[in-house]
Amino acid sequence: MSENLSVISEAIRERFAAQEYAFLGEVSLIVKPEQIVEVCKALRDEFNFEVLTEETAVDYWPEQSPRFHVVYRMRSLQHNLILGLRVPLEGNAPSIPTIEGIYKNANWFERELWDMFGIHVEGHSDLRRIVLPYDWEGHPLRKDYPLGYEEVQFSFNFDEIDIRKPYAKE
Amino acid sequence: MGVEQKLGNMGFVTTTLEQAVNWSRTRAMWPMLFGLACCAIEMMAAQASHYDMSRFGMELMRASPRQSDLMIVAGRVSRKMAPVLRRLYDQMPDPKWVISMGDCASCGGVFNNYAIFQGVDEVVPVDVYVAGCPPRPEALIHGVVTLYEKVQGEKLTDWA
Repeated sequence: MSENLSVISEAIRERFAAQEYAFLGEVSLIVKPEQIVEVCKALRDEFNFEVLTEETAVDYWPEQSPRFHVVYRMRSLQHNLILGLRVPLEGNAPSIPTIEGIYKNANWFERELWDMFGIHVEGHSDLRRIVLPYDWEGHPLRKDYPLGYEEVQFSFNFDEIDIRKPYAKE
Repeated sequence: MGVEQKLGNMGFVTTTLEQAVNWSRTRAMWPMLFGLACCAIEMMAAQASHYDMSRFGMELMRASPRQSDLMIVAGRVSRKMAPVLRRLYDQMPDPKWVISMGDCASCGGVFNNYAIFQGVDEVVPVDVYVAGCPPRPEALIHGVVTLYEKVQGEKLTDWA
């Protein structure tokens, strides 16, 4: 870990009672969901993390507390640093405050968060699906979402599977 | 072409209207530009000078469905793309045909999951399936020639 990053990490940890999680030189801070807006604001305004490069989530199903981790990754171009944030969320219908007001590009990331994981983003200006069709049911990147596996047709079972196949009519 | 032997010295040749119409349909079949994934690269290669599909009367790829009579579905069809594909197919004027190019379009290929259609024949009726991942240009050309054979055997009343 570079010296600059450890100073920043320590400052954030003290102010917000966050925990540090480092792996192979990549530093993440584990933050409570109600603090995320304040942490982002501090990182952008005081520590020059100008760019939000990524915002996504991990599903740890069947664990329930926490079931999800929302993962943020921001970059400081000025100091050439990368810092991650992780927000653990409880339960099957979690929600998290938006950081759209701090990083504008979070808009689309958070729509994807809702689309693929079903994590509700409070205060988001336009929380629609972004990747899937609007009438889609469910959130496919959740671990308990069915994969939709279709049985493979071989010569011995061709006909019985073929009967079930929905062919298009003219 | 072998027409010379049939012509003899008389200067005309007899055939059925059906054969003449089907012959003209196969020799000016305009495919629609519809590349969905990596198969489209092979489709472009089949069109380009090395393989030159215009030898078979397919010199033009049309960007509009209203000017084309063959749809080459080149690539995997996602659930979001399917309504678009069906709509383009409905906009093509009769007579029209569909070639399902590659494993993904024919049966889902390696993408056995929720997001990809397990065969484009769930969306539009398919005339010829071309196997391969992706099929080589020769395979696509073989598929096109196979379609020509099918069209040659069609009845006029099929599209009436």
